[in-house]
Order: sequence, then structure tokens, then C-alpha cells
Amino acid sequence: MDAQTQLRAAADRAYSMPLEQIDPSDPTLQQDDTHAPYFARLREEDPIHHTADSLFGPFWSVTRYDDIMHVEMNPQLFSSDSRRGGIAIMDGNAAVSLPMFIAMDPPKHDVQRKVVSPIVAPENLARMSGLIRQRTADTLDSLPINQTFDWVPSVSINLTTKMLATLFDFPFEERQLLTYWSDVTTALPGTGVIDSEEHRMAELRKCGEYFLRLWNERVNAEPKPDLISMLAHSEKTRNMPPDEYLGNVLLLIVGGNDTTRNTMSGSVLALNRFPDEYRKLCANPQLLESTAVPEFVRWQTPLAHMRRTATQDTELHGKRIRAGEKVVMWYVSSNREPGKFNDPGSLQLDRENARQHQSFGFGIHRCVGNRLAELQVRILWEEILKRWPEPGQIEVIGEPQRLCNPFVRGYSSLPVRINA
Amino acid sequence: MKITYIDYNGTQRDVEVEAGTNLRDAALNNAIPGIDGDCGGECACATCHVRVDPAWLPRLPTMGDQEKMMLEMMDDRDERSRLGCQIHLSPELDGLVVHTPMGQH
Ligand code: FES
Repeated sequence: MDAQTQLRAAADRAYSMPLEQIDPSDPTLQQDDTHAPYFARLREEDPIHHTADSLFGPFWSVTRYDDIMHVEMNPQLFSSDSRRGGIAIMDGNAAVSLPMFIAMDPPKHDVQRKVVSPIVAPENLARMSGLIRQRTADTLDSLPINQTFDWVPSVSINLTTKMLATLFDFPFEERQLLTYWSDVTTALPGTGVIDSEEHRMAELRKCGEYFLRLWNERVNAEPKPDLISMLAHSEKTRNMPPDEYLGNVLLLIVGGNDTTRNTMSGSVLALNRFPDEYRKLCANPQLLESTAVPEFVRWQTPLAHMRRTATQDTELHGKRIRAGEKVVMWYVSSNREPGKFNDPGSLQLDRENARQHQSFGFGIHRCVGNRLAELQVRILWEEILKRWPEPGQIEVIGEPQRLCNPFVRGYSSLPVRINA
Repeated sequence: MKITYIDYNGTQRDVEVEAGTNLRDAALNNAIPGIDGDCGGECACATCHVRVDPAWLPRLPTMGDQEKMMLEMMDDRDERSRLGCQIHLSPELDGLVVHTPMGQH
């Protein structure tokens, strides 16, 4: 079945099945890219939706922009604490339930976040941008011309892994480990990366040992501006228990890796799906300094959701949520809300409110690295357009392969050809 | 009414704005650098962070809980920090002076 037929079939199913049977967490909806009609129906008919039975147990889905904002802005009612279940829909994922600052409530969250956030402060980004540009240029210059290759490993993974190794000051020749641990952290068991939770934990223990070694090196050396040295020397974090350190490392690996990587791939796909926008970008590359990059991030929505757990009985858009229940904020739905974004399925590089997308979250857990992610995507396209300035020169050849995952929305491959 | 934005380089920009707007919208409408305002003014992103000239601080509207919560998580805030979208520009604030950062994050 081609993509169009598949989507039409999904729309028929989404609107004919009993409402209560809709399960937005079904990972095949992301793999086939057929989630949109299910979320459209939920936004219209049942914006706070209960799924009684899923791969991930019972949970509430919040599908509208304003309701998600309400959940984000009330962390005392909707907790991120890993001891209650953390930030992703999967409860049993040992990696995602480790203590890490994204999965903490205030005040501890604020304290630990503030230790790492200076590395992505504007002054630091300005310093790093030359290096990012150089690496991007080298990567693009080594790509094959006029033949089909896979954009995902050659560009997206390549660039984000190098950046991450730089942020951690991680041994550069072993940097592919970072990508591997990122995949291990977020994969669903049985989808090609890991077979079971035990397997996941065994691999992550190795990651923990590796990073413990780096910690021990850094803690005994002069402080340096890399993330590990910062954690090892800060008064606020230097006594962190090992599992908390590992948790924070994994958060930074996934946060610095998956999301940017998949937006880089998504931007190529989106421009190919919307050739008028590709033309617009080539005619006006300054769009990269204003709304084009946030629009790529909205269009891709590299994390489908974030999860919270209700700390007490509360009401949400007329529905009664009980203490302890799982509440999932579907960014992939709110970023496609027609009342918020005009013709939301389409890419519009000059979309006026593109920055209001929810892909980075809002409130106190808003993505700490969001400006670094944007910078990397912006530089990538600036360098692409310098080399290949014509619309369609980066041409998608055939269908991408998407991850079977309800959390990370991404690509395992994207065949392209550079026409030059 | 007049608002003065001073950027991280010390460059001063005086802009004429309508009373009733807020410090974020006034900045965006006048292409003031260093203010992003991603959330659209919902007090949910902290990318409209400004530092208020000390002389003006006591005359500003008091901080709400949500603004306090957002400022609390920022590594670079100080006692002069406010979120621009929460500063409603009433006529008494004519002449207000604020400092904008190099960029938001
Ligand atoms: S515009 Fe988002 S907090 Fe002010």
C-alpha cells in the first residue's frame, strides 16, 4: 500500500471505530505515519481521552494545545518525578525511570538544571558556532554526488554525534557509542536495538561504567566547560549518587541526539513534500534566521509526547483525573491543531507563530538545549544552500523508514540523492 | 509612551509604543534584538527575559506565581530579572529602561 492509500484507510478506521478503543500509544501509528486522523478525532470529540488498555497500561491522552499548556504549567498537580513514573509513557523502561533532572520536580529539578544550562547559554553557542559550521561543511563535502545514499547515518547521525561528543568532551574515536546508548535508552524492546529490559539495563550499565571513568578523570582535573566536568565540579551535583549521574547523562545524550537528528532528517523530507517551500527557502535563505527552523521542529515534532503523573485528584477539561493516573501530553497532536496553526499539516517556512510549537515543551521542563538544536539545523541548511542552491537538489528517493516508537518520532533511513 | 531597550553591547534603542501593550510585544513589534517570546506571551517559556533598570523595578507590576516559577529555573537570572510578557505597559511606565540579553535560552 502506498502512503496515501494507507493514510486514507487509517482515516476510515479512526472515524469508524468506537471512540473508547482509540489507543494513540500504538507504536505502529508512528511507524506508518498514520496517527494524524486518530488525533484529529480525539481533538474534536474527546480532547481528554482515556485508554483503558494499551501496551503501556491505562493512561489519559491530552491532545489540545491549551490543555497541554495547563498540564505543563502546573507541575505541582502533574509530576515528572521518576519515582511516580517519569516523563515517558513506558513505565517499565528502566532507563527512562532513572532519576534525571527532567524527571524531577522542583526544587531539585531547578537546582540540577541550572548546573548544565550555562553550556547552552547564548555566549557559549556563539563560541561553538564556528566549530559546528566547520564540521557541517566537512560532512557535506564528503557526501556522494548523483547517487543514492542514506541521509540518516551520513548526515543527521554523523553531525549530532560529533556535537554531543564535543559537549561531553567524549573520546572522539568512540563517539558512535553515544548514538548507540541513545538508541538503547529509547527503543522499544524487540524493534531491532534491544530484546528486553534486561538487555537494555545490561547495555546501560556499560554506559554507566564508561561515564564513571570519565567522571573520575574530570573530578581530579581542573574544571573545564564540558558537561561532565561541570557536573563533577558543581557543588550542587558533585555528590550525586551513581544512578542519578547515569540518569542525567542519558537525558543529555537523548536530548542532544535523537531530537536534533530527527529534525535534520525531517527537514529534508518536509522540503521534498512541499516543493514550493523548498523554492521559497532557496529564494530567501534568510528565513533560516527567523521562522524556518522552528517550523521544521514543529513539522517534525521529534518527541511525540511527554508524560506526567497526577499528584492528586483534579479536573482537566471536564474530565476527572485521579491521583496516580498517567497523563500523556501529545505534542504530535497539539502541533497539528487547526485552531492554533493554520493548515497545520503543511510546512510553511514563514509561519508567523511557528515558535509557539510545543515540541520543546513549555514551563519549567522546557528543553534546555533548544537553541543549540536550532543552531545546528540552521547551520546545516545554510551550508547545504551554499553548495546546492537550487530547489530539489537534495532529492528524497523513495519512502523513509520510521521508528516503531510512541516517544521518539524519527527515521532509521531516508534515501536521498544530491543532484549536481 | 517611550520605552528604552539597551542591548548586551550597550546599544540603546528608544521606541514609541502604545500604552496597554506589554514589554515582549513592544520588543517584537519594534525588532528589538535579544527577545524571542516563544510561547506567545503565556509566561511559559522565559524567552522574553529582561533586566529592569533598578530605578524602575519598584514601579513594576508585582510578580505572579507563574512568573516566579519560570524565573526560578533560570541559571542567569538576578534580582532585576523579569519576563517581558508579564509587564503590562501602563502610562505610568512611560520612560521605562530595560536591558536585553545577548540571546534567550
Ligand atoms: S513570552 Fe514566553 S514567557 Fe514571556
